[in-house]
Amino acid sequence: MHAETDLSGALARRGITRRQLVKFCSTMLATLALPEKYLAQTLNAVSKARKPVLVWMQFQDCSGCGESMLRSSHPEIADIVLDLFSWEYHELIMAGSGAAANAALDRVVKEEKGNYIAVVEGGIPTGDGGVYCTIGGRTALDIAERVCRNAAATIAVGACAADGGFMRAHPNPTGSLGLEEAVPGIRLINMNGCAHNPVNTAAVLVHYLTFHDLPAVDQHNRPLFAYGRVIHDQCERRAHYDAGRFVTEWGDEGHRKGYCLYKMGCKGPAATFNCPTAQWNDHTSWPIRAGHGCIACASPRFWDHMSPFYERLPSVPGFGVEVTAGELGLGLTAAVVAGVTVHGLITMIRPAPKYPEKPEKEV
Amino acid sequence: MARLVIDPITRIEGHLRIEAQLDGGKVSDAWSSGTMFRGMEIILEGRDPREAWIWAQRICGVCTVVHALASVRAVENALNIPVPENARLVRDLMAGSQMVQDHVIHFYHLHALDWVDVASALKADPAKTSVIAQSISDYDKSSTSYFRGVQQRVKAVVDSGQLSLFASGYWGHPAYLLPPEVNLLAVAHYLEALAWQKDFIRIHALLGGKNPHPQSFLVGGMTTSMDANEPYAVINPPMIGKLQDLVKSAKRFVDQVYIPDVLAIAPYYKDWFARGEGLGNFLSYGDYASDNLEDPKTFLFPRGVVLGRDLSTVHPVDPAGITEFVNHSWYDYSGGDANGKHPSVGETKPRYTGPKPPYDFLDVDKKYSWLKAPRYQGKPVEVGPLARMIVGYASGQKDIRVAVDGALTKLNAPPEVLFSTLGRIASRALEAQIMANRLQGWLDQLSSNLDHGNTTIFNPVHWDPATWPAKARGFGWHEAPRGALGHWIEIEGKSIKNYQAVVPTTWNAGPRDPQGQRGAYEASLAGTPVADPARPVEILRTIHSFDPCLACAVHVIDAQGRDYSLPMVR
Repeated sequence: MHAETDLSGALARRGITRRQLVKFCSTMLATLALPEKYLAQTLNAVSKARKPVLVWMQFQDCSGCGESMLRSSHPEIADIVLDLFSWEYHELIMAGSGAAANAALDRVVKEEKGNYIAVVEGGIPTGDGGVYCTIGGRTALDIAERVCRNAAATIAVGACAADGGFMRAHPNPTGSLGLEEAVPGIRLINMNGCAHNPVNTAAVLVHYLTFHDLPAVDQHNRPLFAYGRVIHDQCERRAHYDAGRFVTEWGDEGHRKGYCLYKMGCKGPAATFNCPTAQWNDHTSWPIRAGHGCIACASPRFWDHMSPFYERLPSVPGFGVEVTAGELGLGLTAAVVAGVTVHGLITMIRPAPKYPEKPEKEV
Repeated sequence: MARLVIDPITRIEGHLRIEAQLDGGKVSDAWSSGTMFRGMEIILEGRDPREAWIWAQRICGVCTVVHALASVRAVENALNIPVPENARLVRDLMAGSQMVQDHVIHFYHLHALDWVDVASALKADPAKTSVIAQSISDYDKSSTSYFRGVQQRVKAVVDSGQLSLFASGYWGHPAYLLPPEVNLLAVAHYLEALAWQKDFIRIHALLGGKNPHPQSFLVGGMTTSMDANEPYAVINPPMIGKLQDLVKSAKRFVDQVYIPDVLAIAPYYKDWFARGEGLGNFLSYGDYASDNLEDPKTFLFPRGVVLGRDLSTVHPVDPAGITEFVNHSWYDYSGGDANGKHPSVGETKPRYTGPKPPYDFLDVDKKYSWLKAPRYQGKPVEVGPLARMIVGYASGQKDIRVAVDGALTKLNAPPEVLFSTLGRIASRALEAQIMANRLQGWLDQLSSNLDHGNTTIFNPVHWDPATWPAKARGFGWHEAPRGALGHWIEIEGKSIKNYQAVVPTTWNAGPRDPQGQRGAYEASLAGTPVADPARPVEILRTIHSFDPCLACAVHVIDAQGRDYSLPMVR
């Protein structure tokens, strides 16, 4: 049953035409900013007869990131969960509950050890022995240790999994942490955002399928293809900023004309993300187009570091002057915004992290 | 007697555990436990009330929007900010769209697999499925070749040996009663609904930049600027056209797929019209004012309480009648656990006293959940689509009367069948249909306002905190997809002093109170047959019929005295 490695046969069996597949792979390459020469490799990877196994874990979450994944358009979510991966554990949508669900997860951790992808949604409460989130009587921390340490790679989707999300905000009553701190040393990539954008997460998944590796990341372990550019520099309202045309009151003439939202508290100048270009929900829109400032939801610890959300960023440098993320960060050093924000702005590029080839811990 | 533990309950939002006592193949008693706590309200203290909605919205990403709406209503109530009609229309469009999309996702992706045997669909004759499909609906995807294609796709997944999401299912369980052809129909529509939901919810991206967690609310209105002559206004004529397409798609999908499927599947499971009732008490805060903002009797979903199945009397909702108990919840109350506290004088100190993880069983005689136990005038009540349909039906609300009577006629059943597991499912579907119809009216009004130059979308009167009183209190209610939702806020010195949410799933999934009265989930499971404890699909049917949302349900309450004199919704 698993012997079929012929591409066209495998595709036909899944009801996918080659044309559909090429279109999908091209879209993914564009998102990842990879040249077309990788098309053949990508095509081969996504059409393997044996699908890689994936488990989607939910800890201190709102299920918004799972829902966001369901909004994936290119590829469609059904294609991802049925054709590209064998999506064997995901509490939000899997068929079985209780013992059947736990058995499915146990099987993957044992039988697919070192070969499966773990996606994690939600923070990990570490306070009071982890009692603030249990599944099947085990703590989130316990489960994350077991599942992520035995995975080939872990994708932390959303702000909560990346850094503890809003639970981590002062006073962090449950001791919530992101995966990087709660389960240190695992092979990890962070897909910050509230929620994560499924376009980017799908691209990371396809990158992994194609190259058996995670894409290059920045110092916050976020993929550069999605988090490498300042929102302000990509913003469709940027020309208004440069010309000094601002919204000064909600619903005013400037608001109706689509002027810059900087004075209304927009954090676009202090945030890096491909939100303006990738957009949301099948490239329909993004928050600034809906008339609201950016809240920098893809920035580390944004809940504490970027709020109050309606207070304007201090001292964003020069009108009409293109600045790099690094310069921008330095410009903010003296600002009222917490110093940690600056840390998030100096986009020191680092190569894909080196991690142990094999999991360090047994089940 | 055996204790059955189902943890995690999947195909829900959040982390829910059910422990059930089995006796002679039936549930003799059950305990519902929420196993996650985050502490949103503690985190909100000291922050800017104008941004509370951005935080509160993250209570839930499945029922996104609803907490944003309840939050801005609470602040607007506290600061006495009337909201422009256009902002109300945009909010109703967003919340109404949320309800329709959420109900469709619930039926197909969170609930259907309790009733639909995916494996059985492989045995279906696609030609017969096509005949069935065409006999119940005008939906265009109904040909033999279409259903054959779906069947081949599912077969490819099964043949691969990698069943993905379906691997852990209870296929072949004797409780599955649909013929293969109807199973195939439902599997096809599972996939159609998956594609439709992400397309339709672009309405949130258009009006809020993205979904989940759209970003266009403001205390005092919305950010969706309106101008018929400005190409970069958020709402202009091209936008109205895009919204129109999506509103039509909602009506089409609900009328042609969701409703016919519910009516086609229900007759095979008639036993479930007599199972899973639970409490027989129902509460609706009411929402969606069409004519009179001040009179909850005129709302699309009227406000009221129905007790003991008595459809002849709709009691008014007294906000002072809400109390919460913690005698079985992992919190301390000053003065002991015997008495409930009104939210206005509520308090919470989380203190976990359950077994040390990893554990096998909870000590259900003591505290066993992160959910509190809300009661209305001392009684446990159910909230949600069934409660709204019951209260609306008993109130004589026209849209609800027509929808419910129409469905009962088709099913040839009396209104009493609503008090059941299937009654909840039918109510949710009917409500989605009522809402899908109503979206058009709101959009028409918004379009008309745009055409006539009525473009006010925001009331700036109290945006500046310098205009605020030293202290203010308010609350905002909303009928969310899962039921009655309330946010309470206390503002002092320009910042949040106390914040609190009492949400639908807390009403339904909460534990016992000091009188030993069960919550709605616990009560509804009594007598449920369980053919195979290793595959407890029957329990899932009733629990899923409530559409659990556990992330919403766990909350810290830490509020002081309040004035409940206003019947404030918006």
